[in-house]
Amino acid sequence: MERKLNTPISADVIKSLKVGEEVLISGIIYTARDAAHANMVKSISNNSAPPFDFVGQIIYYVGPTPAKPGRAIGSCGPTSSYRMDKFSPFLMEKGLKVMIGKGERSDELIKEIKKQKAVYLIAIGGIGALLSKTVQSSEVIAYPKLDAEAIRKLTVVDFPAIVAIDSEGNSIF
Amino acid sequence: MLTIEKVLVIDSVKEMIMESTVVLDKTVVDKLLFAYDSEKSVLAKSVLEKIIQNQEIARTENIPLCQDTGLVVCFVEVGRNLHFDYDLSEAINEGVRRGYIEGYLRKSVVAHPLKRVNTKDNTPAVIHYDFIPGNELKIHLAPKGGGSENMSALKMLSPADGREGIIDFVLKTIKDAGGRPCPPLIVGVGIGGNFEHVAYLAKKAIFRQIDDASSVMEDRLLEEELLDKINKLDVGPMGLRGATTALAVKVESAPCHIASLPVAINLQCHSARKKEVTLYGKKA
Repeated sequence: MERKLNTPISADVIKSLKVGEEVLISGIIYTARDAAHANMVKSISNNSAPPFDFVGQIIYYVGPTPAKPGRAIGSCGPTSSYRMDKFSPFLMEKGLKVMIGKGERSDELIKEIKKQKAVYLIAIGGIGALLSKTVQSSEVIAYPKLDAEAIRKLTVVDFPAIVAIDSEGNSIF
Repeated sequence: MLTIEKVLVIDSVKEMIMESTVVLDKTVVDKLLFAYDSEKSVLAKSVLEKIIQNQEIARTENIPLCQDTGLVVCFVEVGRNLHFDYDLSEAINEGVRRGYIEGYLRKSVVAHPLKRVNTKDNTPAVIHYDFIPGNELKIHLAPKGGGSENMSALKMLSPADGREGIIDFVLKTIKDAGGRPCPPLIVGVGIGGNFEHVAYLAKKAIFRQIDDASSVMEDRLLEEELLDKINKLDVGPMGLRGATTALAVKVESAPCHIASLPVAINLQCHSARKKEVTLYGKKA
């Protein structure tokens, strides 16, 4: 039976999440993938304000297809997380707590997750149609020129994910 | 003089893109259903179940199967009796443009690998041409995802490495890739040719029917042995372990230099989207 989680996920709940656990997430999550990560890290490094307050929040690695008329979002499954390994430690140092993507991450990243008491969840790759049904609303909040890679604020209900690296640094892979 | 109207090429490409990105071919669905029935791991079964549910939702509600609607790859076979008074590649790219815009599909192509500015219509496609006898134009098309493409590999082995060297390289590539290329996979293996031709062979291999077998005995035996060994790697659906790492292995071979044994592996994710069309030449 999947465990229900509401966002933002508290430090205590993050600590209680164990590797392999199936969860259903409801609430606000933010999207960012390659280009948005590069931009965010660059602007914060230059002492500019981050495009949104990600402290204690969830970043989901996704670049959705365009929404058809009458729909909140298009197909929206996870993209490979390893490409964000270069940027995630910096964001975790600044307060990011939960990441959702797909696939393995580097050993350095696992160490950093443990150090920051964060958590890495995976969604199943290639099920973007099914996942789109859990998205109630979607709003571009930063980098609109990046189109699919723009940062979006999503409201989700029962978004299915699996704990892949827990706050103790245990990995499912 | 026989020709095929430009608009027919454009419309066919557009339709293949809009259909293939939403409807997973029944032969692929059947393989997934079979894998679901035979899989013992609870987590692997749950992943396969969601993959099967996803293609049902995609088909019935007209939502793309995956948000990565790919870079378009075409293998085009041109009948020798045909004449074109227009640029065939341009017509194919116009079909790509219309398919991605009208189909609300993601535009995932950047014009230069370092400047990385999106072309906004998913063009250009990668197009390979070949000539065939007759009056037909055959277009085999696949919107190929980036995740599985990124985990593909090529190696120039020595002839002494032989069959064992090929098997080791394929197994290592798939083991190291883990969940990243979205298994269960279709594994395309090219052997022989030279550096660039072997990559072409591996790509061509994933365009084959998922349930066929090579007509070359040596390659067929290699396909069977590789499929068995890959599924014993315990990578499993999305890398979460289990008996279903590959749905199929396809081997394509070609003659090569006495000093060489080129091997290329092209991975196709479970969202194995492809279509083909045959257009017939008419008197101009």
